[in-house]
Amino acid sequence: MSASGAAAYLNSEQLRRGLSRRKVLDKVFVLVGLIVMLACLAVLAILFIDLVRDGASRFGWDFFTNFASRRAERAGILAAWVGTSLIMLVTATCAVPVGVAAAIYLEEYAPKNWFTAVIEINVTNLAGVPSIVYGLLALGLFVYQFDLGQSIAAAGLTLALLILPIVIVATREAIRSVPKAIREAAYGLGATRWEVTKDHVLPYSTGGILTGMILGLSRAIGETAPIITIGALSFIAFLPQSPVQSEFPFVSFAWLKDPFTAMPIQMFNWVSRPDQAFQANAAAAGAILLGMTLIMNALAIWIRYRFRKKINW
Amino acid sequence: MESAVANEDAARNAHNPASQGGSATPRISIAVDDTRRTRTLNVKAAVDNLSFYYGQHRALKNLTIPIAERQVTALIGPSGCGKSTFLRCFNRMHDLQPDTRYEGSITLHPDNLNLIGAGVDPIEVRMRIGMVFQKPNPFPKSVFENVAYGLRLRGLRSRAALAEEVEKALRGSALWDEVKDRLQDSALALSGGQMQRLCIARALATTPEILLFDEPTSALDPIATAKIEELISTLRDQVTVLIVTHNMQQAARVSDYTAFMYLGELIEFDEAAKIFTNPAKKATEDYITGRYG
Repeated sequence: MSASGAAAYLNSEQLRRGLSRRKVLDKVFVLVGLIVMLACLAVLAILFIDLVRDGASRFGWDFFTNFASRRAERAGILAAWVGTSLIMLVTATCAVPVGVAAAIYLEEYAPKNWFTAVIEINVTNLAGVPSIVYGLLALGLFVYQFDLGQSIAAAGLTLALLILPIVIVATREAIRSVPKAIREAAYGLGATRWEVTKDHVLPYSTGGILTGMILGLSRAIGETAPIITIGALSFIAFLPQSPVQSEFPFVSFAWLKDPFTAMPIQMFNWVSRPDQAFQANAAAAGAILLGMTLIMNALAIWIRYRFRKKINW
Repeated sequence: MESAVANEDAARNAHNPASQGGSATPRISIAVDDTRRTRTLNVKAAVDNLSFYYGQHRALKNLTIPIAERQVTALIGPSGCGKSTFLRCFNRMHDLQPDTRYEGSITLHPDNLNLIGAGVDPIEVRMRIGMVFQKPNPFPKSVFENVAYGLRLRGLRSRAALAEEVEKALRGSALWDEVKDRLQDSALALSGGQMQRLCIARALATTPEILLFDEPTSALDPIATAKIEELISTLRDQVTVLIVTHNMQQAARVSDYTAFMYLGELIEFDEAAKIFTNPAKKATEDYITGRYG
């Protein structure tokens, strides 16, 4: 600073001037941050409003209850949203137990050596693999090798693979946030490792685990490339078989093997049509898909907030 | 060098020569209360030549200390002298960390169990020896569930029996009157001192043979500290207490025996009254008079 060094700050006049300059810098940073954030939000808002405006004519009960059709005004997203919901169901039931179990193993049980270090690096890397690669893998493995065909099961498993790293990373983060003192308290009472995990670590990190699961699913819901690769149909005029039956055993898993379409596929199909009228359909479907994602993210935030309030270390 | 002498001294002071040898419980002499009349007590745990290693680092060096049954033994010494490390050997807490190693023995009487023996399950050890930690660490569950957890681990299922044991433990830790109307409230809503007494109740509920305290009052205000100290004095009737403290007044107030440790070695072990009025070693005197530490 100045030649006189620290002595300069003994002068209260200079001290005040220096302070006000530092405070201005502080404010500049806040301003820049705010502008950048608002710009991002504005882009998203404009996109959403634009989609809603373009698709405004198509919103209505019929849009949800009609199958795709050659006539734009009669086309709906029934097969698409049912397909997407069922795929998400399969994805969640596969990815969550496997992902949570993997995270528990890595965090609580695995010894710290080069082998687990390699696994850890790979899990993180998997999150960055392009989704089309997962699609190709699934085409070879699930569709042909396991002979699942172009079915809901194949699509659900593909997306489960895709979000597995997200679930694992989020779960590990949540597990790690349980303080060491709590584990020691439980061990000190004579708990085994599994008892510590099931009675303490898991319950206290449920909020983080659910958040990770929902964020993973909200990524999976919009994925198009992998399910095109495994052969989703873009025009489908029937629903998968009902999971509930009137006769024993009342539940059926036949729907797992049914062909399917999904929201992003339906959108893609409509956008690529030359007929201008279908563009409105695509916009409406896009708005609904975006809405679904936003709702899922809001849910994740709400869950995190609820659990933070309940457990405050 | 000096410590080796101290160890011998300590051992000679502490053990009653008459009961050495055989598997009989060793005895220890102490002058308790103001009458200064010596009486002889059972040894609950005999630490013999204990060394402990973090990897290559030897944190404890050849400790030999008898822990008297139903008495309070305090461990004092400057930060980093290994007193917490020593305490955590008793319930095998170190086993949770990789690359740690024990040498020597800690023999639990009367059944002659070497707590740090290779064939002894650390979980069994922890079920018999309770611990209260430096920072109150209640589970984020209800007050009731906190105290009941240890009992549930031991297979107690009946609601009535659980309720009875929980009440007993909470009375034992002088917390019952404060929490009896809010047993189902979250333990995290309690004050710091109450949380620590809850942690004591949690450990007491499982009727441990030895209760370890790792600087239990260092995170508490003076009033809460006084309550905990009073509680520890009363616990003497039912359980053997081993307490680590950096507060010498606290050690003088609550303990019957005191061990002074420095750099992982035992410098002096004796009756608390003797350590605090007439220590044998210069280092002990320097420490308790505040010349270092």
